[in-house]
Amino acid sequence: MSKPVYGLGGRYAKWLISAPPLLYLLLFFAIPALIMVFAAFRFPGDYGGLVPLVDVNPDTGARELLLTAENWRDFLTFENFGRFFEDSIYLELFLKSFWYAGLTTLICLVLAYPLSWLIARSGKKTRDLLVLLVILPFWSNFLIRVYAWMIILGPQSYFSRVLNGFLGIFGIEPVSLLFSQFAVIIGLVYVHLPFMVLPLYANLEKHDMSLLDAAQDLGANAWQRFWKVTWPLSLPGVWAGVALVFIPALGMFAIPDLLGGTNSMMIGNLIKQQFLDSRDWPFGSVLSIMLTLSVLLLAAVAAWAGSRHKKKD
Amino acid sequence: MNKVSRWVWGAAIGVYAFLYLPLAIVVLFSFNDSNLNAEWVGFTLKWYVMLFNDEVMLEAALNTLGIGLVTCVVATVLGTLAGYAMYKWRLRLLPVLVLTPIAIPEILMGVSLLIFFVMLNMTLGLVSITLSHIAFCIGFVAIVVRSRLQGMDESLVEAARDLGASPAMAFRKITLPLIMPGIIAGALMAFTLSIDDFVISFFTAGVGSNTLPLEIYSRVKVPMKLNPEVNAVSTLLMLLTLSLILIVSKVAPNALRAE
Repeated sequence: MSKPVYGLGGRYAKWLISAPPLLYLLLFFAIPALIMVFAAFRFPGDYGGLVPLVDVNPDTGARELLLTAENWRDFLTFENFGRFFEDSIYLELFLKSFWYAGLTTLICLVLAYPLSWLIARSGKKTRDLLVLLVILPFWSNFLIRVYAWMIILGPQSYFSRVLNGFLGIFGIEPVSLLFSQFAVIIGLVYVHLPFMVLPLYANLEKHDMSLLDAAQDLGANAWQRFWKVTWPLSLPGVWAGVALVFIPALGMFAIPDLLGGTNSMMIGNLIKQQFLDSRDWPFGSVLSIMLTLSVLLLAAVAAWAGSRHKKKD
Repeated sequence: MNKVSRWVWGAAIGVYAFLYLPLAIVVLFSFNDSNLNAEWVGFTLKWYVMLFNDEVMLEAALNTLGIGLVTCVVATVLGTLAGYAMYKWRLRLLPVLVLTPIAIPEILMGVSLLIFFVMLNMTLGLVSITLSHIAFCIGFVAIVVRSRLQGMDESLVEAARDLGASPAMAFRKITLPLIMPGIIAGALMAFTLSIDDFVISFFTAGVGSNTLPLEIYSRVKVPMKLNPEVNAVSTLLMLLTLSLILIVSKVAPNALRAE
């Protein structure tokens, strides 16, 4: 092993430096995650939580492990997973969440594309300012941003009154905007939009403008130039944005909780319900595992799609 | 300006309006002399006065700041170590542990930490919130620090070593000052993320403890408790975050763009 030339050297430096964060994250991220996976195979306790595996002797205070090689069937089960697949409402809820997240991603893409294109084509100074303007609202408190839409979509807001007045002209019954699927989608788009703009902009910024000039010289109109040159080249950025919007949107629970009605629940709301309201941890863990698997699958697809387009460049 | 670019400008301005109007409305109504967030009645500061006499809010604010400060210090130290280790060595486990909490939906971390703390028989409260916040902030600090290290000119460190500096001295005199903007940016990021966090706090807070986002949530959720005081506290929180972001962008202009 060659002696390191720069930075902190020494044989143990690698371990001394990486051990503290490693141990912390093992303890407060990896182990809790593994415990959750384990919990998915256990039975719910009588008063919520889980059926205990350890018995404490009331006289001696000694702890005794109840789980043995013979009786593990009394403590571990696949039932919780069975329940997920038995009742179609859970799969339907997953599909609905995918639909919400997908629609959110699509709307974000449509809104973000022209904006990112403009930012990428601006001069250096303007560009930095425009990017900062996209990031700033993202750094304000998440709940405040959701609350803002509760105000705008509320029944007494200007927006609702003008809209319902307009609908009234055509004899349409007034609509309630808040506590609806519409409100959930708006909230999801609003919160995730910057995640689409940033990767798109980072990609569009690198495009070689002479390609567009060449296409124009060869007789391509504006639409063809976009569709045949800019769009294919921007696909890695698009896929990065899709992953960055879709994944957090899929696991969201606060937005449907605050802006949605009873019919706009998402996976996150069900998970929250299992853990905090009905206190069925095993089933809550099953739902969390299913969400994790969905996220991993999506991330893999997005990474694969993105890299496939990159190779073509 | 041709037709296409006029169209693009129009769309872009529309998107900026979409991003800023809602926040502007929250700020505007914090000065509105009406109980309802519906119509402009007249200017008042009474919601701010009410806010500063609201002991529940003040306690929540104090908790939030305390959690934020501890999180900031611990996550910055651990995150800097992680960022340095990830930059310098090919590690397998550490990058996975550092990056996954950022990539997965927050709720997953929230519920797994809830199970974990309850199984440890730990009383949920300020300590469990802080421990959880540190866990998800480490990654953000690590990424900022690593990207700063990647932009560093290594020959400076080599030169210091050639001139006889020990590895530790070269680190202290060369590397550390050079990556300091990244560390400061990471620290401010950790602080901001902590004081803004709702989801993970929601699961790890238990009954007795309260933070500002949790208090805002409970007031927004129960309309009876809702009044423009929430707008006032939101406005102040936005001001705080805004000033932190301005500091970060001065200290490390590219830090916030790190992905």
